[in-house]
Amino acid sequence: MEQRTDHPLVELRGITKAFPGVVANDRIDLDVYAGEVHALLGENGAGKSTLISILAGMYRPDAGEITIDGRAQEIGSPRAAIGLGIGTVYQHLTLVPTLSVLENLMLGIDARGGRLDLAKAHARFDELAEVLGVTFSPDATVGRLALGQRQQVEIMKALWRESRVLVLDEPTSMLTPQDYDDLRLYLERLKADGLAVILITHKLHEAIEMGDRVSILRSGRKVGSLEPGDVHGRSEDELRGTIVEMMFGDATPDVESAVEVSGAEASAGGRRSPVANGGPPALAVRDVELQGEPQEVGLRGVTLELPAGQVTGIAGVDGNGQRELAEVMAGQRRPDRGSVFLGDDDVTRLGVAERYQRGVRYVTDDRIGEGTVASFDVAMNAVLKRVGEPPFWKRGRVNRRAIERYAQELIEDYDVRPPDVNARIATLSGGNIQKLVLARELSLSPKVVVFNKPTYGLDVRTAEFVRDKITELADGGAAALLISTEIEELIALCDRIAVMSRGAITGVVDNDGGAEERVGELMVSR
Amino acid sequence: MRAHAGRAGEAIVAVLIPALLALIATGLLLVILGRDPIQFYSDMLERGLLEWPGFQESVIRMSPLLLIAAGLIIAFRAGLWNLGADGQFLLGAAFAAGLAPSFVGALGSTLTLVVVMAIATVVGALWTVVPAVLRAWYGVNEIITTLMMSFIGIAVANVLVKGPFRTDVGGVARTDTLPLDDRLPLLGDTQINAGIIIAVVAIVAVHLVMTRTSVGFRLRMLGENPRAADHAGLHTKRVIVLTFMASGGLIALGGAVEILGIWGSFRADFNPAFGLIVIPLVFLARLNAIASGFLVAAFAVIQIGGESAARKSDVSSDILLALVGLILLFMAVTEWVRARRSARPLYLSPGLAETIGASPAATDESRPAQPSVGTG
Repeated sequence: MEQRTDHPLVELRGITKAFPGVVANDRIDLDVYAGEVHALLGENGAGKSTLISILAGMYRPDAGEITIDGRAQEIGSPRAAIGLGIGTVYQHLTLVPTLSVLENLMLGIDARGGRLDLAKAHARFDELAEVLGVTFSPDATVGRLALGQRQQVEIMKALWRESRVLVLDEPTSMLTPQDYDDLRLYLERLKADGLAVILITHKLHEAIEMGDRVSILRSGRKVGSLEPGDVHGRSEDELRGTIVEMMFGDATPDVESAVEVSGAEASAGGRRSPVANGGPPALAVRDVELQGEPQEVGLRGVTLELPAGQVTGIAGVDGNGQRELAEVMAGQRRPDRGSVFLGDDDVTRLGVAERYQRGVRYVTDDRIGEGTVASFDVAMNAVLKRVGEPPFWKRGRVNRRAIERYAQELIEDYDVRPPDVNARIATLSGGNIQKLVLARELSLSPKVVVFNKPTYGLDVRTAEFVRDKITELADGGAAALLISTEIEELIALCDRIAVMSRGAITGVVDNDGGAEERVGELMVSR
Repeated sequence: MRAHAGRAGEAIVAVLIPALLALIATGLLLVILGRDPIQFYSDMLERGLLEWPGFQESVIRMSPLLLIAAGLIIAFRAGLWNLGADGQFLLGAAFAAGLAPSFVGALGSTLTLVVVMAIATVVGALWTVVPAVLRAWYGVNEIITTLMMSFIGIAVANVLVKGPFRTDVGGVARTDTLPLDDRLPLLGDTQINAGIIIAVVAIVAVHLVMTRTSVGFRLRMLGENPRAADHAGLHTKRVIVLTFMASGGLIALGGAVEILGIWGSFRADFNPAFGLIVIPLVFLARLNAIASGFLVAAFAVIQIGGESAARKSDVSSDILLALVGLILLFMAVTEWVRARRSARPLYLSPGLAETIGASPAATDESRPAQPSVGTG
């Protein structure tokens, strides 16, 4: 706090940006001071990403003024933003996995005149490595680094050219709890160096824990803000209450409880299963072995039963075989050894389409890159897994009207916005894309549904909607598998929790109080 | 559906503006060379489109180009970059030329044409199997493999023509000549052969398949997002192989039509290199089959009319390459400008414009550098 100067380093005044049909930013003011973290909090689609895209030179605002260090600036391009000392770390990593750390850092920046100044680059790396507490070598291949380390490389890249402002877009979405603690630690050090940090997040506790200032966005407007005096003087509970009030205004109490569930405090009891001890296994994998792609751990002797009427959870650090398991269950991959049973039938050799028809559904964790086709409209994405089936296709000919009618029903049932079946799916927010994907997978009597990190990146309201759907599904007698990296979520929803590590299941815990601790133990044990 | 009219209008602008710019630029070039550009262009139009013989020539030229376009669109839409069109085309041509004359005696004219075209199609389809399998099962980049197979295909076609298919008549190595009466029938009193009907049917069929059927939807899904295609349960490997085969088959059929309609015989080292010409055309038509048809027609007119105009104005016919190249260049530039424009603020809802206009921040401190404000 000592480094704080009286005038802000970055001042946004009246920033406005409209897209067809949506006002993404409506007269937003924002002050960012050197030596402080300014947390920008809001639900998905609140306008956070648009605002930082403007600051990063990706979009031009329709109106408003940007002042940096007391001088009005126009940020016409990403290059201009970098020139002004604004470094941005996007939600999705942008590194080249096959290049070394140093090569990634120098990419496109230091290649002036075709010559690379390696000595200077090494010196800069060491400088930044010290601040960030980096433990990997500059010559390490990025593809071999853990996600938290890759994020450190991204931050280094953003700071490479003497940045004064660091913008972090949802930096915690892929981090383990340990990585998160590290992030908090080095943000403190960066602040001490006089850097101004803008932290985009939709998680309340992160804004409170890391932010010196908090601004709350809601449907494109800034609906409230907390000054350092407000943030540091008060207890976390008080802050939480104040912020929830700002975020949802006259919201109903159940919205507030939704925020609580997504926070640290989940109920200790676990889910009460309507089916005592679960029904017969709806889906089972037995002794499944999978080599996996070069970057994956694969699967090693995985046996797991998904009882009907229950939610089975998979806990574990991301990248320990969860995706491989989900894809083996869905039929997207064939295991090298072992088998998959649906009820009493061996479905190991059946593909996705056949399993889909038999009621096996898979909600992928990559809803944009895998779950939908960005350039297709909502209607076609709704029938993506039913190509060629009547009534949507009759003797091979598309029946657009039937598809639109069906999609219309789905988006009404699941409250997808905007409610336009002709909108390209890429124009929808992440939460609404997820709702459409859920609608597609949960329609027409599913028997087994695999949810891979279904609430990842969603705002609290949509996340709660998704959790309700999972519970509803199991209560209706179907089997659900919930893969999640958030233990609280698993504790709140699951009947049993299996822990995965390095492609194997290291243990299964009944969720009846105290499960959290045992799951934690299984996660760290080898 | 409603958006179609607007998009078609936009597309026409996207073609007309660059064409106009290219005509002006080539005109300047002609002026520098001391020729009359107006004369040149009017000759080109007359000889390529308005005068009956030239018009017929242009239509005849369109047949192979349309079939190649149809084949390329199928593959490109599925995200499969079949760059081996020339090899596939020449193999189709070589088999048609090599087999037709010897089949005529036994099968008669009509059946020979049908059988030979079928064989050419199958040969073209089979020629793509190697790149297709390499791509589907091992992820080998098909751009490289199809190009390599194209070189091999061109060589194989020539080996066949100089070897087993070679005529006993002396002179240049070539196949036996199919008698005029046994070639593709002419339409009425014209010189235009039935190849154009096959080609138009093919391009329209490709359009309908791509836009109206589940097959087309699957191909587009594969092209737009292969991971989503896997996720949705598409048998991507099978689809890749079948798509490649359809693409190669149509292109080889183009080669057969060229031989059976026009030449009647394959001379060694024959290679019109149509594939390389059609690739940019289908891209600029955004892989839309119907739009590709129009671009192919325009190209045929420029080629046929231009050659005769160039002779008359006594300039090298290379000027046509300059013209076509400039059209493509300006089309690319126009695309780029449009893309940049759409990235800027274009839309402001009336309500919002009012809000901004009324807000003191915008009126008091309005800067000329922000022209978009308040004009929505």
